[in-house]
Amino acid sequence: MIPDRFEYFAPQSVPEAVGLLQRYGAEARLLAGGHSLIPLMKLRLAAPRYLIDLNRIPRLASIEEDATVLRIGALTRHAELEASELVRTRYPLLADAAHVIADPLVRNMGTIGGSLAHADPAGDWGAAMLAVRAEVVATGPRGLRTIPIDGFFTDTFTSALEPDEILTEVRVPRPQRGSGGAYLKLERKVGDFAIAAVGVSLVLDGRGTCGQVGIGLCNVAPTSLRARRAEAVLEGKKPEAAALARAAAAAAEEATPVSDLRGPAEFKRDMVRVLTARALRRALQRARGEG
Amino acid sequence: MTHHIRVTVNGTEREAQVEPRLLLVHFLREVLGLTGTHIGCDTTNCGACTVLLDGRPVKSCTLFALQADGREVMTVEGLARDGQLHPIQEGFHEKHGLQCGFCTPGMMMTAYALLQRQPTPTEEEIRWAISGNLCRCTGYVNIVEAIRYAAEKLHGAPAGAGGRS
Amino acid sequence: MAQVAHPAAPAVPITVTVNGTTYRHAVEPRTLLVYYLRDTLSLFGTHIGCDTTSCGACTVLLNGLAVKSCTVLAAQADGAEILTVEGLARDGQLHPIQEAFWLEHGLQCGFCTPGMLLTALQILQRHPDPSDPEIRRGLEGNLCRCTGYQHIVNAVRRAARELQSAPPAGAD
Repeated sequence: MIPDRFEYFAPQSVPEAVGLLQRYGAEARLLAGGHSLIPLMKLRLAAPRYLIDLNRIPRLASIEEDATVLRIGALTRHAELEASELVRTRYPLLADAAHVIADPLVRNMGTIGGSLAHADPAGDWGAAMLAVRAEVVATGPRGLRTIPIDGFFTDTFTSALEPDEILTEVRVPRPQRGSGGAYLKLERKVGDFAIAAVGVSLVLDGRGTCGQVGIGLCNVAPTSLRARRAEAVLEGKKPEAAALARAAAAAAEEATPVSDLRGPAEFKRDMVRVLTARALRRALQRARGEG
Repeated sequence: MTHHIRVTVNGTEREAQVEPRLLLVHFLREVLGLTGTHIGCDTTNCGACTVLLDGRPVKSCTLFALQADGREVMTVEGLARDGQLHPIQEGFHEKHGLQCGFCTPGMMMTAYALLQRQPTPTEEEIRWAISGNLCRCTGYVNIVEAIRYAAEKLHGAPAGAGGRS
Repeated sequence: MAQVAHPAAPAVPITVTVNGTTYRHAVEPRTLLVYYLRDTLSLFGTHIGCDTTSCGACTVLLNGLAVKSCTVLAAQADGAEILTVEGLARDGQLHPIQEAFWLEHGLQCGFCTPGMLLTALQILQRHPDPSDPEIRRGLEGNLCRCTGYQHIVNAVRRAARELQSAPPAGAD
């Protein structure tokens, strides 16, 4: 299938890209990895008149830790995050998520910034980032602003980005001592979108009580969803079996899946419960240093 | 409005004026006449269109030709040298790693990238690497065998532990 | 219309030589040759493709004649010599017809292939130097869902050349 015609720009800097967005407004789209956008263009579900390719802009892809956060450049490919030793050892939830996004070929091109900006409820990064309480940096004509991920996804395929803003960086809080995380995805086949997926991040204090808990749900609501009530079940409590089961049940209740090719809504809801329980156990193992 | 691009394909620099919307796979097949790269699904699923872009395996149906400007592309036509099959191609022949052959160019390019990165892959590593390439015919078993054969041929020592004999 | 099962009939003793080995069994009269080969003799190379005498996947040579073994009773093979696909290779060496199928990619899934190989032998017995129409006519009783037949025809042609220049010792 052939996309509709468009004009193509390959800016060499972020300000140049922003200028193009300002100029062409609603008829323009940004091209990052292109593995959500181009398939839509091929089906003509998207037909931007102007395409602004971000891939020639230097220094938009990077994975670096500073004193407080892990900074991930928006054009960092899923494959790079999957292969990163730093991510694998210190941010296992993110490593788990990187591993299950689409397939190895798509991961070579798809980017974390593009994924978050696309705001597909089936996007794995959305749920993962909700769990770790990340924030994104948007660059626009009015300068930089930081947007907490909680509240970033405003509707299906809609984010809090202004039309003239570019998501340029993702920031993930550095793990505290006693933290652990996991991301589990149920899919019909490798490379598919999730039937349901759950990301869990938690901290255990010295007495084995849960501090902050983050639970992100993928593809079971109109947007990536933070399971707040499930988090509240565990925060400040000991993560014993009954509490974990209550948290998992709460997450399942907060989900609002729809019945489709990937299964009936009730099935998906139950899978949220199962995956939340398993992800909690895995996150606890990692928090306890049990690897 | 067209754009001028310069792409090195299988070692040869190629130039063309292309519309921005021209997909890389269409550029390879219709502009350059390299029809070894196949279009299987139009939905970024099947991987029959896999080529190497600066050494990385990508689905060429989901890139614009423009994105390859100034870069290197390798297609299945670039595997054989002076009429000699590449060990990967030999492996697919020896191990009946193809039936209809439609997925095969994509499989082989993904295999090429895998063996560059990991010369002695385990069965699991092979299966993970090709998880973006679908095959309707073979059930994948002989494809895995073919890639294992190529790994052994290229690097002498037997490939990683596990798997069927 | 209600079906009434007929009472069991007496078994039929048969002596059959398959791929050079002689077997003696008592079979039900209704036992098809293909089932005798597969289930009693464990020669699974002969395939059942259609159950309607159409596809030819079950082809074997019966006294040198290519027949659809799904439409022959085992009892009919009493005293006969049968060649199945397992009988083609000698001492681990592929028969030229098998080699030709491999070299010409004359198979994809392989399901029709045993039948094709035996029928091909029949064609080459009758026409050592067959034309393409002769090959295709000879293969009319063998269906292939995968290949479109072209490579099968190429394989038979190649085997014809091989066999003419160097026929294997004791070829059937």
